[in-house]
Amino acid sequence: MKPMINIALPKGRLGEKAYRIFEQAGYECPSIHEENRKLIFENPEKGVRYFWVKPSDVVIYVERGAADIGIAGRDIIAEYEPSIYELADLGIGKCRMAVACKKDFCDNRDRTLRVATKFPHIARSYYNSISREIDIIKLNGSIELAPILGLSDVIVDIVETGKTLYENDLEPRETVLDISARLVANKVSYKFKNQQIRKMSEDIAVLIANS
Amino acid sequence: MKMDKEVFKQDELAVYAMRDLYQRYGYTQYRVSKFEEYDLYAKNKSFLVSENILTFTDTNGKLMALKPDVTLSIIKNIGKEDKTLHKYFYDETVYRTGAGWNGFREIMQTGLECIGDIDLYAVAEVVMLAKKSLSLISNDCVLALSHMGLVTGLLENAGIDPDGTAELLNYIETKNTHAIRKYAEQHAISSNDTEAICRITELYEPLDVALEAIAPMVRGQKMEDAYRELRGVSDLMQAYGSHDGLYLDFSVVNDMSYYNGIIFRGFINGIPDGVLSGGRYDRLLSKMGKAAGAIGFAVYLDLLEQLNRDAVVYDVDVVLSYDVSTDIAALIRAAEELRKAGKRVLIQRNGAISVRFRQRMQIGKGGLEVLEAYD
Repeated sequence: MKPMINIALPKGRLGEKAYRIFEQAGYECPSIHEENRKLIFENPEKGVRYFWVKPSDVVIYVERGAADIGIAGRDIIAEYEPSIYELADLGIGKCRMAVACKKDFCDNRDRTLRVATKFPHIARSYYNSISREIDIIKLNGSIELAPILGLSDVIVDIVETGKTLYENDLEPRETVLDISARLVANKVSYKFKNQQIRKMSEDIAVLIANS
Repeated sequence: MKMDKEVFKQDELAVYAMRDLYQRYGYTQYRVSKFEEYDLYAKNKSFLVSENILTFTDTNGKLMALKPDVTLSIIKNIGKEDKTLHKYFYDETVYRTGAGWNGFREIMQTGLECIGDIDLYAVAEVVMLAKKSLSLISNDCVLALSHMGLVTGLLENAGIDPDGTAELLNYIETKNTHAIRKYAEQHAISSNDTEAICRITELYEPLDVALEAIAPMVRGQKMEDAYRELRGVSDLMQAYGSHDGLYLDFSVVNDMSYYNGIIFRGFINGIPDGVLSGGRYDRLLSKMGKAAGAIGFAVYLDLLEQLNRDAVVYDVDVVLSYDVSTDIAALIRAAEELRKAGKRVLIQRNGAISVRFRQRMQIGKGGLEVLEAYD
């Protein structure tokens, strides 16, 4: 019997889109559409087992081998720098990580820049690369509030349309990272379930190239 | 003495088996002190698995460290001009941190070092012993080989500068071909070179198959030397009969400032991280002012506890229960018989039992009676 491939999908719209890609590539699992409280969905015939996890947890499941492959945003990979393979860019969930601030903000390099973000590692690496001294303020949500209330000078956050920023008199400035969803794999699973993971990765790559 | 899983933990069993293996190939045991001067590690921090070092001040005011690594201690004791071939193995306790750990841990580590005038045979022997070490842990294992010379040679041929090399090595390490293609587009790398870099990035094939596949890409002295060495290792591994489970995989990347030639990492099915890591590290020796070359590897035995985690482990085979009415002399005789038969027996008065057992028995009228059995 061929081994099952465990696939971690991020909960939410991105994960649903990603699942549709797997489905179109021939790795469907009809039970995933059933309304119930099951956590794991299997299709032994196709050798796949799907489960939904919090988007930022996908790389943890994959790095530790609980999932053989998964779908993770480039932002999550850059933030946690897990030891995993990044096999394909799915080209979905496109957005960018950017510096944003109040429209009238003017950076004074004499002062330490206060940066509010959910992604301290990415923010630190970015400002290190341009030799800017910063004070990181790690927040877990509503990042846009920070510059409005004077908690920080700028924010480093994900920008999709920029609508929330503009409606609050903020604007995006420099792009820190281009983001899209990636197919990631555990390094050891890639060795011991090589044929299946490779085939799956190739099938998905062909599908993306043709779409 | 019984050398089985019930008496020894998996890492202890592995240490004994590996010690025996290395001795059979003429490697001698190297013992090092628990402490080293901190200076030794401070100068070579990025050679270490983790950069955190447990330090303390000695009575003479010197800053000392509980050793986080054994290789540096061995190299330190090699004479500057000494090129004699030394073959050592070690099993020592090291102290280091890891991602997600709650501070420092004491870890059993075993490994071997071959130091001196290294030739093809010496390289192949170390690779073979790495492969055999993995097989001692599990037959379901893979040794992934790479060659720094082949990868950097390919990147040099494509005209990539040192900054670009560091960036591309990151992509090769994560098998990230889409990032390589993007980089190539931005830096006007030729399509032939780009495809060659992507090809070696994606490569994961048995060594001999892979060598055939990459043969057309080999050009320039650096790549040719590397290819010849890999080919030579492949031939000698055939001679040793250790060819199975040997793969070429360039996503095995080590720090270029220490490692040069062949590098490798060992994997066991069921452990989500490499359990063995090694390679040719002449550059570390030249940094430390030594003329010799070196190749070696370490096995991270702490990872072995992740194997067979779900297996039921019994503390004893039999619990012999008794109460006030039991004939204790008969009980002792029965227990001794069971022990002679190789069973681990716990004699305990009726009541709550705190160990996991296969069977619980008592002395009945007709001899031993089984009260509970789980296996």
